[in-house]
Amino acid sequence: MKKLLMASTAVIGLTGAAHAEDVTLGVILGFTGPIESLTPAMADAAEFAMTEVSESGLFLDGSTVTPVRADSTCVDAAAATAAAERLITSDGVNGIVGADCSGVTGAILSNVAVPNGAVMISPSATSPALTTAEDDGLFFRTAPSDARQGKIMADILMEDGISSVALTYTNNDYGQGLADAFQSAFEAAGGTVTLSAAHEDGKADYSAEVGALASAGGDRLVVAGYVDQGGAGIVRAALDTGAFDTFHFPDGMIGDQLTANFGDEIEGSTGQAPGTDSEGAAMFADAVGDAFDASSTYTSESYDAAALILLAMQAAGSTDPAAYKEMVETVANAPGEQIFPGELAKGLEILAGGGDIDYVGASAVELVDGGESAGNYRQIVIEGGEMATVGFR
Amino acid sequence: MDLLNSLIVLTNFVLVPALAYGAQLAIGALGVTLIYGILRFSNFAHGDTMAFSTTITILFTWWFQSIGANFGPLPTALLALPFGIAITALLMLGTDRIVYRFYRQQKAKPVILVIVSMGVMFVMNGLVRFIIGVGDQNFADGERFIFTVREFRDWSGLEEGFGIRTTQAITVITAVIVVALLFWFLNKTRTGKSMRAFSDNEDLALLSGINPERVVMVTWLIVAALTTIAGVLYGLDKSFKPFTYFQLLLPIFAAAIVGGLGSPLGAIAGGFVIAFSEVTITYAWKKVLVYALPDGLEPSGLAQLMSTDYKFAVSFVILIIVLLFRPTGLFKGQSV
Repeated sequence: MKKLLMASTAVIGLTGAAHAEDVTLGVILGFTGPIESLTPAMADAAEFAMTEVSESGLFLDGSTVTPVRADSTCVDAAAATAAAERLITSDGVNGIVGADCSGVTGAILSNVAVPNGAVMISPSATSPALTTAEDDGLFFRTAPSDARQGKIMADILMEDGISSVALTYTNNDYGQGLADAFQSAFEAAGGTVTLSAAHEDGKADYSAEVGALASAGGDRLVVAGYVDQGGAGIVRAALDTGAFDTFHFPDGMIGDQLTANFGDEIEGSTGQAPGTDSEGAAMFADAVGDAFDASSTYTSESYDAAALILLAMQAAGSTDPAAYKEMVETVANAPGEQIFPGELAKGLEILAGGGDIDYVGASAVELVDGGESAGNYRQIVIEGGEMATVGFR
Repeated sequence: MDLLNSLIVLTNFVLVPALAYGAQLAIGALGVTLIYGILRFSNFAHGDTMAFSTTITILFTWWFQSIGANFGPLPTALLALPFGIAITALLMLGTDRIVYRFYRQQKAKPVILVIVSMGVMFVMNGLVRFIIGVGDQNFADGERFIFTVREFRDWSGLEEGFGIRTTQAITVITAVIVVALLFWFLNKTRTGKSMRAFSDNEDLALLSGINPERVVMVTWLIVAALTTIAGVLYGLDKSFKPFTYFQLLLPIFAAAIVGGLGSPLGAIAGGFVIAFSEVTITYAWKKVLVYALPDGLEPSGLAQLMSTDYKFAVSFVILIIVLLFRPTGLFKGQSV
């Protein structure tokens, strides 16, 4: 015990002597709640980036980074706000990676981050409402807003020469948000949505919904639902009644189950799902190795969120949020040397030398619209009963 | 020609689906109404019993498929149906012996039996999930269509078409056969007559020497057959998922009550009333009207009375209206 105490005192003494500053970053994710199965890997990914930066020894004259975890619960705004408050007032964090779910992210942003002037980068909040939230330039996200997906859907359909569609969505925040985003983007591009009808998941019979959609008409049916839920029922009913022959599927419908269920019956249908052809994803998996599951959802975005905060601090030469918030977009976007996962040391070195970098990271980050990821989508066409990737956007 | 097109659109999107759905509800409601009429309680376990019997039938279907037995163009599940009925009948008689008989001998009030049936419902709920899991099971095989929309269009040369799925045809035909058999049984056979007598006046029936345990047993056997047929037809036509069957309880009860609880004829009428109102009231009539009305008169909007979100509200509104103005239902069942 005595030895241990002495050793730790020695370590603390050493760090104090050798390093200019000890930077702490808050990692606020829903370690309990609906996405508790995803968050451990997300937090590991964010901390992986911090370790990489600390070990390089190049960060702000040799500063180290210490993560502090907090629980956002994903659904309880009051608990998340209290946890974030604790991070800032008691732990004195210099920046926050998080939160995860859109609802609690909005609550933390307006109740804690903005009043205290703390920078937040969320790896997974996708609600379009966060784009317009009052953030004083403090909020960024490495996950794309569903508004982006809506815009990309509209683009794909327009380029296919489809100007009139019927739209059905699963009756929850995801479905409704995506449907609204798509409808406004599609109508702005000159298209017509003949009918936008909600469907409930978990029902066996969708003939009423399909009847109404068929009567409204349209060149294609957009199904913003889930592939193993009501979305599949809608497609089945539409095919059986001959109401629609081709469909457009957003991310919730893209899965192996889609072609297993319908095969070549949906020939010529289109869709898109998150995905990138950037080499960053593979490099991220290599760098992580067996440390945690790098293919788990939103791990690349979490790594990128932590890396962006630290690179922005390096670029600003300061850990003061008011100073480095201006640099987040600068390091994330062109021009400059492209930085991939595992190359954070190179990025830090360039920035220390006054150079410019374009952080690509694991999820091909490109910040637009006041600091959110442009999002990368894989464009899909059903050919010969298989999903074929025809391009990336 | 335009009128023909409009009729065909109507057939494809309203008549055919509503007819099949109505037939499924009607067979389900027949089971509920028989239990209400003879055993005198609302059986809340009905939906989950349907799920159980369908589960057993699916297991037999898979077994038949694995040994290569099939029914030609018809679904293999029809072959497995008798086995499903037999095992469901055993389960129901067992439940009656273990659970319901006790309360019957206590002469428990109907409301207590309703709560008891909810208990049975939860047990069945768990049983089904233990056996087959919570996911979707698709067990339909054989020919999917009698004719498809496209085939009809090519054959008739019309702009619009309609298709009929094999399962839809089987559903309607089976429903007709089942209903005919049931009515023949209730009206012509000795056992059927004793069941009706028991339903009309229990004390008089007992005085005239009818064995109540025998009536109860026959009722459970018939209900087992009805639930299995309703469950399997629904699963074949749509897909099987335990939770969906649980939710079916609501429209089935609505159908039985609208028709008049305890009245078999009412159950059938109620099934079709609920099915047709769900589909027609939320249907967008634009396409039908565009064909049917002369130029210049066609609607520019969708001509939809109510958004499809309100589909389930429709059956309950009908239920409320019927209960307000005819508490015994359309066909003079027992009042609830």
